[in-house]
Amino acid sequence: MIENSTAQHPVLRLSNITKRFGKVMANEAVSLDLVCGEVVALLGENGAGKTTLMNILFGQYAADEGFVEVFGTQLPPGSPRAALDAGVGMVHQHFTLAENLSVWENIVLGTLPLFGRSLAARAAKAKIRALSESFKLAVDPNATVSTLTVGERQRVEILKALYRDAKILILDEPTAVLTPQEADGLFATLREAVGRGLSVVFISHKLHEVMAIADRVVVLRHGKLVAERATADTSREELATVMVGGATKAPEFEARSAGPALLTLDRVSTQATASETPLDRVTLNLHAGQITGLAGVSGNGQATLSDLISGLIAPSQGLMTIAEGEISAWSPRAALAKGIARIPEDRHKTGTIADFDLTENAMLETYNSTFAKRGWINWRAARKHADHLIETYDIRCPGADTRIRLLSGGNMQKLVLGRVLENNPLIILANQPVRGLDIGAVNYVHARLGEARTNGAAILLISEDLDEIMKLSDVVHVMSEGRLSPAFARGSIDAAGLGAWMAGDGFEERADHAS
Amino acid sequence: MDILEILLSASFWAAAIRIASPLIFATMGELICERAGVLNLGIEGIMVAGAFAGWIAVWAGLPLWGGVAIAMIAGMGFGALHGVLSVLFGLSQHVVGVGITLLATSLTFYTYRVALPEVSTPPKIEAFKVLEIPLLSDIPIIGQALFAQTPLTYLAFGLTAALAWILYRTPLGLAVRAVGESPASVAAQGLSVAAIRMGAVIFGSGLMAVGGAFLTMSAFDSFFFDMVNGRGWICIALVVFGAWRPGKALLGAILFAAFDAFQIRLQQTGIGVHVPYQIFLMMPYILSILALVLMSRRAEVPAALMVPFNKGER
Amino acid sequence: MRLEPIANPTLTRRVLPPALAIATSFAVAAFLAMIAGGNPFQVFGLIISGAVGSKFAVLETLNRATPLIFTGLAISVAFRAKLWNIGAEAQLYMGAVVTVVLGTGALGLPGWAMVPLLAVLAVIAGGILLLIPALLKTRLGVDEVVTTLLFNFIFLLFVSYLLEGPLKDPMGMGWPKSARLVSEARLPRIVDGLRLHWGFGLALIAAVGIWVVDKFTTLGFEMRAVGQNAHAARFAGIPVNPVILKTALLSGGLAALAGFSEVAGLKGSLTLDLSPGYGYTGIVVAMLALLHPLGVVAAALFVAAIFVGADSMSRAAGVPTYLADIMLASALLLTVLAILITKFRVRRD
Repeated sequence: MIENSTAQHPVLRLSNITKRFGKVMANEAVSLDLVCGEVVALLGENGAGKTTLMNILFGQYAADEGFVEVFGTQLPPGSPRAALDAGVGMVHQHFTLAENLSVWENIVLGTLPLFGRSLAARAAKAKIRALSESFKLAVDPNATVSTLTVGERQRVEILKALYRDAKILILDEPTAVLTPQEADGLFATLREAVGRGLSVVFISHKLHEVMAIADRVVVLRHGKLVAERATADTSREELATVMVGGATKAPEFEARSAGPALLTLDRVSTQATASETPLDRVTLNLHAGQITGLAGVSGNGQATLSDLISGLIAPSQGLMTIAEGEISAWSPRAALAKGIARIPEDRHKTGTIADFDLTENAMLETYNSTFAKRGWINWRAARKHADHLIETYDIRCPGADTRIRLLSGGNMQKLVLGRVLENNPLIILANQPVRGLDIGAVNYVHARLGEARTNGAAILLISEDLDEIMKLSDVVHVMSEGRLSPAFARGSIDAAGLGAWMAGDGFEERADHAS
Repeated sequence: MDILEILLSASFWAAAIRIASPLIFATMGELICERAGVLNLGIEGIMVAGAFAGWIAVWAGLPLWGGVAIAMIAGMGFGALHGVLSVLFGLSQHVVGVGITLLATSLTFYTYRVALPEVSTPPKIEAFKVLEIPLLSDIPIIGQALFAQTPLTYLAFGLTAALAWILYRTPLGLAVRAVGESPASVAAQGLSVAAIRMGAVIFGSGLMAVGGAFLTMSAFDSFFFDMVNGRGWICIALVVFGAWRPGKALLGAILFAAFDAFQIRLQQTGIGVHVPYQIFLMMPYILSILALVLMSRRAEVPAALMVPFNKGER
Repeated sequence: MRLEPIANPTLTRRVLPPALAIATSFAVAAFLAMIAGGNPFQVFGLIISGAVGSKFAVLETLNRATPLIFTGLAISVAFRAKLWNIGAEAQLYMGAVVTVVLGTGALGLPGWAMVPLLAVLAVIAGGILLLIPALLKTRLGVDEVVTTLLFNFIFLLFVSYLLEGPLKDPMGMGWPKSARLVSEARLPRIVDGLRLHWGFGLALIAAVGIWVVDKFTTLGFEMRAVGQNAHAARFAGIPVNPVILKTALLSGGLAALAGFSEVAGLKGSLTLDLSPGYGYTGIVVAMLALLHPLGVVAAALFVAAIFVGADSMSRAAGVPTYLADIMLASALLLTVLAILITKFRVRRD
């Protein structure tokens, strides 16, 4: 009787959850049950409402309608504390760790009465060590978080939940930042956890992972629950169709022969900084008419390479050549003058100015050349330019005088895209160009990059998504600890092979730098 | 007077510790705020308000410690206002801080004029007296410097030790440090970012006010309009100089006060006659700027200082 | 509590909160006036009549507004670029010092050349004074709030030294006061016989000039971009640090014009009480004007009226004149809150 009840009574029940942001319906009457020892995958493309749903479950948002029940008790809305106390642990997509504190401090934070007299550090560390041993989550409790790799940080996040004896583990896109091998390690940990009676909600948009780890799949689309299947009774093809809601046409990319090298790095290194991994003698050729993919676990120097090509930093050693000309004084403005189109990683913080309107954002890189004479701005021309971009790139907005803050991510990215692609640039730096976009916008951005390739542009595509890299790239490099792998032609290497390079295998141990 | 003679005299070090005491209170107050991620530029005005509140309370008949409590409460009131605007609403900490300073200062001056409409010189109170610690105060030089002070000075030192302990050894301290580094991590662990920051700003502001009260109730025995005279801004520099650590900030305050005590004595020596006195008076401010410049390359500043936290925004 | 941006705020939403903010600060002042034994209606009546009740009062208000327009512009230019210049007081005195050093007989030029030259030199000197903290910010990352604040104390002591030393008026009977400007260095009156000098005209011209720079020039665009998001501005090729330094020169120069205009237009000589905190009040002016250069003129007139009115109210009703400072400080805090509410909805989850 008791056994029966644990098998049938859900440990977690979401009931008719509805959440609106302004006019946008993020979740609409979503209901979901999770039983003990089960892995449920929450599948859906970007913008389908997965993260919102989990934030409601975790109490970070309050639902407009509906409720959350854990072990038969309803949670008060909008209280992460209540969710934590009820045994819900969440691993966010963007880690929530204090970088300058140690691992154990991050884990202990919030677990003791605030006005308690001691942190009981020794006992806490012992418990952390025991947990990391039994769940195969190797990490040093005394290490400062800022010194950890991305994979280790994720382990700390999971340990945070386990330390509180979480019974329900929610992981939001946990593999997005991992190598394929690390992802396998994560799956082993999750199986271990399930074996001990934990239940898991696994949020993803990657079908093969979902099929590999989940017992059951729930599909969200436009905030609505559109399908629920046992993994055994479904297929990747079926899930893909339900997730996207009918056929969407992804652009095709076929192999092409390369043109001349338009941008070359010859054994380029950069200065070490506190926040980014510096480049370590990187040699790279970007050829006309080719997409060069750059794979790697985030934080291994991709951002530095992107900054270098954007003009934000200059090489400290080595040679950088653009269209056969060696570059001297290097700055964002110099990069623009050299005709480099730059799509930055973060369109909110780097690519646009939130409280500037579309006109101003559209002219951000050309305000002093195309749109000004002797320091006076030609607003009429600027406005016309913005209207032109809105039209050509199908930017959905009330008008060119709308503050860009109010646009959706996809429309914001279209503006950035239009701004840089308008003049048929020869060199394009695309750093995570589709991160966070829905499938329509993803296809749009990819198609535009494909067009640029056909027109003879040399494109560097930086992405943490191996599927994207492998689909688009003519050649692929992998970056690890600031070093660059050799180039692999399309089809000459598989995900596992790239994963090994991402983990740092294959790079020859270099002797000390020639100082 | 010889320079060496100055440096070796007990009275010089006693003066240094005395000058340091209000700075220690206010610096610790600012340090708590900044550790929690809030730059509190209301400090100057809050010190003015504290100086006045403590003094007028005693003048009105309260015991000395009652006056300290009143000062603290006044400071906490302004801290609460600062917190509501800068923490709950996430308004610019620069603007809010300057606004609080203007408000606290003008409210204080107004209240003074209303309370004492007819007086030309402010009345005096019976201030805190020196409390010599038996035996310890008999140690040469150090004894008179450290153990022949008023009770408020002892409190300042005790407070610093307590603060260091709380900050690094208790759950509350961990939460305060974490909220200044990464508010998102605090929220994800089920704690309220707003509550912790509010608490820090309110308590820290209370300490600033006690620092002000030291001036009217321990260093002097009366209230003057330009009494605080930029000490608040100096304390902000001291927090940076002390790398946001209570112990280092305490040392910084003493070092700074020693310079101040030294220049006062130097004014009375042969050099003092030839140099305009304004140069000596500038020294504290110039030293503060130098301290900021010297420490500028050190990246110990709390990562989320001046970054408001809005739930649901990434 | 959470803030949610509003896409298209209604007219009510844009107008009502700031209006309520000003009204509330008036209510605070009324309450405090009652505590001091005054009748709030009488107090406000006296403030209004003291500010605009007579030709003399109006002129006094315009004169008082003049330095506030300059410092208000200085602050709004700087704050727009997120350069937190709290040192307008020092820059004001710098402008005054330059005017006095060169305008008391050191230069022998006709008025049409002397006055503009003094103004230009004051602007340059004030700009350079702010350039130091700005350089410390761009080069070393030293927070400019504290440095500019500390500069106020240092510079005021320097002025005190000058007035007791090199610049002391030998005819001043021992008072720390400079000699009077030669007549060629004085700003003429706008209308003969009316006590209003061309400093006020210059302030209006400056406000329009800054508005034009803001709206129609690449420099204005750059300053706004740097203020809104310096990182994105740098990525887009805007030279962020040079823009900050240019902003500093402009802001410091505007504040210095306040000192120039007070000495050359109103006082004719320099004393230590030249400015009753115009540099700090400029912050209130700029914030009330929502950092808009033309708004600064209106805000400066409003603030000046309150001050002038409060002075005469204080004499008549015995309520301390600091009432005006309280009113403006609370107006400052409430206005920044009101502006937030015009743009964001406060949600309780």
